[in-house]
Amino acid sequence: MKERPDIQQGTLTLMVLKMLDVLGPQHGWGIARRIEQVSGDILAVKQGTLYPLLLKMEHEGSIASELGTSENNRRARFYRLTAAGRKQLQSEARDWEQTAVIIARFFKAKAGDLM
Amino acid sequence: MKLLRRFFIRLWNLAARRSAGQRLEEEIAEHLAFQAEENMRIGLSPAEARRQAALRLGAAEAIRERHHAEQSLPLIENLLFDLRYAVRMFLRSPGFSFIAIATMALCIGATTAIYSVIDATLLHPLPYPNPDQLIHVEDDLPGIGAQDVGTSIPEWRDLESSGIFQSVAVAGHGADVTLTGGAQPVRLGFKAVTPNYFAVLGVSPQLGRTFDPLDATPGYNLEVVLSDGLWRAEFGADPRIIGKTLRLDNDDYHVVGVMPRGFRDQGSTSNEQNVDIWLGAGYTGLPFPPPQRTLRFRRAIIARLQPGVSIATAQDRIDALVEALKKQYPVEYPPQARWTVRLIPMSESVVGGFSRSLTLLFGAVGLVLLIGCVNVANLLLARASGRSREIAVRQALGAQRTRLIRQLLTEILLLFLLGGIAGFGILFGTQRLLMRLIPESLPHLNAITVGWGVLAFAVSVSVAAGTIFGLAPAWLMSRDDLIGTLRQEGRGSSGSWKRARARQILVIGELGLSVVLMVAAGLLLRSFWDLFKVQPGFNPDRVMAIQTWLPGPNDPSTDVYRTATQESVLVREILRRTRTLPGAEEVAVGDLSSLPLGHGSGALNPIPIIREGFETKQNQAPFIDNSIVSPEYFHLLGMPLERGRLFNDRDLEDTPRVAIINQAAARRFWPGNDPVGKRVHLLPQNSGNRELLNRAPVPWTTIVGVIADARIESLAEAVVPHIYSSVYQRPTKGVVIFLRGQLNPGAIPAQVREQVQSIDPDLPLFHAETLDEVLSDSLSIRRFSIEMVAAFAATALLLAGLGVYGTISYVVNEERREIAIRLALGAQRGNILKMIVRRGLGLAAAGAALGVAGAAIVARLMAGLLYGVSPTDLPTFAGVTLVLTAVALAASYIPALRAMHLDPITTLQSE
Repeated sequence: MKERPDIQQGTLTLMVLKMLDVLGPQHGWGIARRIEQVSGDILAVKQGTLYPLLLKMEHEGSIASELGTSENNRRARFYRLTAAGRKQLQSEARDWEQTAVIIARFFKAKAGDLM
Repeated sequence: MKLLRRFFIRLWNLAARRSAGQRLEEEIAEHLAFQAEENMRIGLSPAEARRQAALRLGAAEAIRERHHAEQSLPLIENLLFDLRYAVRMFLRSPGFSFIAIATMALCIGATTAIYSVIDATLLHPLPYPNPDQLIHVEDDLPGIGAQDVGTSIPEWRDLESSGIFQSVAVAGHGADVTLTGGAQPVRLGFKAVTPNYFAVLGVSPQLGRTFDPLDATPGYNLEVVLSDGLWRAEFGADPRIIGKTLRLDNDDYHVVGVMPRGFRDQGSTSNEQNVDIWLGAGYTGLPFPPPQRTLRFRRAIIARLQPGVSIATAQDRIDALVEALKKQYPVEYPPQARWTVRLIPMSESVVGGFSRSLTLLFGAVGLVLLIGCVNVANLLLARASGRSREIAVRQALGAQRTRLIRQLLTEILLLFLLGGIAGFGILFGTQRLLMRLIPESLPHLNAITVGWGVLAFAVSVSVAAGTIFGLAPAWLMSRDDLIGTLRQEGRGSSGSWKRARARQILVIGELGLSVVLMVAAGLLLRSFWDLFKVQPGFNPDRVMAIQTWLPGPNDPSTDVYRTATQESVLVREILRRTRTLPGAEEVAVGDLSSLPLGHGSGALNPIPIIREGFETKQNQAPFIDNSIVSPEYFHLLGMPLERGRLFNDRDLEDTPRVAIINQAAARRFWPGNDPVGKRVHLLPQNSGNRELLNRAPVPWTTIVGVIADARIESLAEAVVPHIYSSVYQRPTKGVVIFLRGQLNPGAIPAQVREQVQSIDPDLPLFHAETLDEVLSDSLSIRRFSIEMVAAFAATALLLAGLGVYGTISYVVNEERREIAIRLALGAQRGNILKMIVRRGLGLAAAGAALGVAGAAIVARLMAGLLYGVSPTDLPTFAGVTLVLTAVALAASYIPALRAMHLDPITTLQSE
């Protein structure tokens, strides 16, 4: 059985940022589930790896958290994007798009173009 | 920047780790609850829902670890962990910890104590700015066998104008002066210095000014600078002291400055360093004789080199200058005298002869430290056998070897550090007490402080010792054979065998080192014993000496004690009155150099002696030590007359000059001839002596007697030639009153003072002491270093004995099974005893062999400190070996007894 690709370091950070940007404040499980939904079954994210990342991001100041109540009345910690996080998302998204464009060009390249 | 911020975040996490860890736990629990709920919603059973949730989460422990590694500083955290673990281990075996820490506290404390003395003396001998530029100038006349003969004033001027130095100053060796005007005349230690003296040293006063370096007064410039001590003791630290007038030796001086507290004057004797008052002098006018090239003064010449000029360069230029002067003044510098000028770094000349004693002490204490470290390393190895199971279990659970070594090393380092800090604490607490043990004659005694520098030394020694002596035990402890240890509880495994061998090597080293120390102590003790037994040639029993000082005003014509005739009135009256004091049987007087063993280099005044028919000029004359004494002196001190006659009351200033020499002088200057009746010219060089100012030609002096040799100058050195003059023919300013009899040392000083001051109320009386005290003081530094080395040697022996005991006990414990089997098979108990004791003796033999070899080297190095004993003294070496054997025997006998009384049945069953 072929191993499903492990998620790239740094990519998960970008995903978390984007999720919070799109959905607004979310608790950890919500983020994990949405990432799974969006990426489909292509990515295997061990959900646990998310939490150390969330703690780290909070330390670095790109997200903030506060305790709240979930839709089914559970006490949960809700994460939201900070201003610094929003900036980080923009710049990382730009970087990512650039990389994607460059890589795409390489894949489109035919032998004739490189002569 | 970002790195730094992350570091601080991590450091903060370290402190607040519990909360971050808790957050993660909460989050994971929360997540699992959400996921399980979701799973239940899609129809799973609650148990399956939770299982699936946990599976999707992944390995929680791995997540925690990753989070932890991400968030923390593993190095510091491990260190903290190791420290905590170490403290727990210490508390678990408090006996071991106490012994190890106490050993290190003792050894590091002692090392640090000696270091603090060395720090103040050898390492920082000169408390002046740019001390490297300061040098001492000494003149030698090797052609006539004379060293450090002093420098004449014209030569000083040559040095000053040579351009080699920034400045050159002349300073007296420290002498007495009398301060009158208070309730009692007070004797002060003074130093006459050229006005540029303080400028050369580079020290400023705390009050007022020092002398103007350009002051050109030919004689004394009538200004004085006070020491801080005198200012406080005599003038109550009066802030308006500047400008006040002091009457010193009947001349009025005004105070221009006060030196700062803690200012130490340069010089190697206590006379030179303990100066109360400085007088500025040009050394060319009254009361100094007119300068001549051949008139050398035994004064210190100090100079400050031009910046950037090395001593070697300066010496080359000085040599050239000396050659030029020899050509210019061929009469004053005859080629056979071979005049040379030597530049010596001031730091060397200040510490002088003490550096050898201090180096010896430091070496001795270093050996004790080494032995102590070895002992602790030994203890650690012994404990290793008890802990090998623990270590093996930890290895089996996956502990890395480096991690284990780091942890063991942390433990050992903590042990050493605790010992070092405890040692420093003890030293700090007892420093006042310890200071009292140090003889007062040690230079810079007051500068010894137990401060930050000393603490830094203690800590770095602890860390260095801990690292060096901890690495091997840590290494050996961590290399246990895992399976073997777990199976056999460490017995017989290769690791423990290696440890046993390491321990034996350590004990042999320890024994060797203690042999070195004991031999050193033994040799010193033997030479000290010889010094005590040496016939000094004079009898110090029941003799007291008290000093006075006759004022020497700057204008000799106002001096009431100018001539010997004038002084003899006073001397006869002092003798008549003191003879009637209770208990006094005999009395005599002499000058400062007649006080046996009581003089630093300042009081000895070798003078040129011109023998009729041999020398014609002063600058070819050999030097001889001289004293001025009253006729009773020789009998009072028990110095027998060998030939001719003693002085008598008819030898006066207007009768022919007579002198008495010792046998050494007779042998040296008239070998094979009878010196009685020979005539000499004595050329006084003493600054306290005013004869130089009498312009009349010096008359011939006839030798009338020869007395037996006496060790007046030093117990340790051979008798040197000495010539005595009568106080009724030559005056002296410093007068020592000798009394012999059943004296009450507490009452005599006051009684003598009363009698002398009823003749002249302006005479101070000071330095009352018994000759036995003088004798013992003259040996004080020697005795101090011997006592210390002996104490160190005893400690070393004790530690080595403990080492043997520990090792043999360990061996017995390791082999108890084997011994039990032997006993069970019928071995004689006596043979078991012999077998164990033989091991101890084997260690002792190896240690002694090693030690004797080392001691032979060390003894040769310390030959200069020995007296009357050869460095390869057989009895000392044999005695030490014997003592070591006895100690090793005793130390291995106890565990051997235990082995002998082993009960084979219980031992074999318990295994």
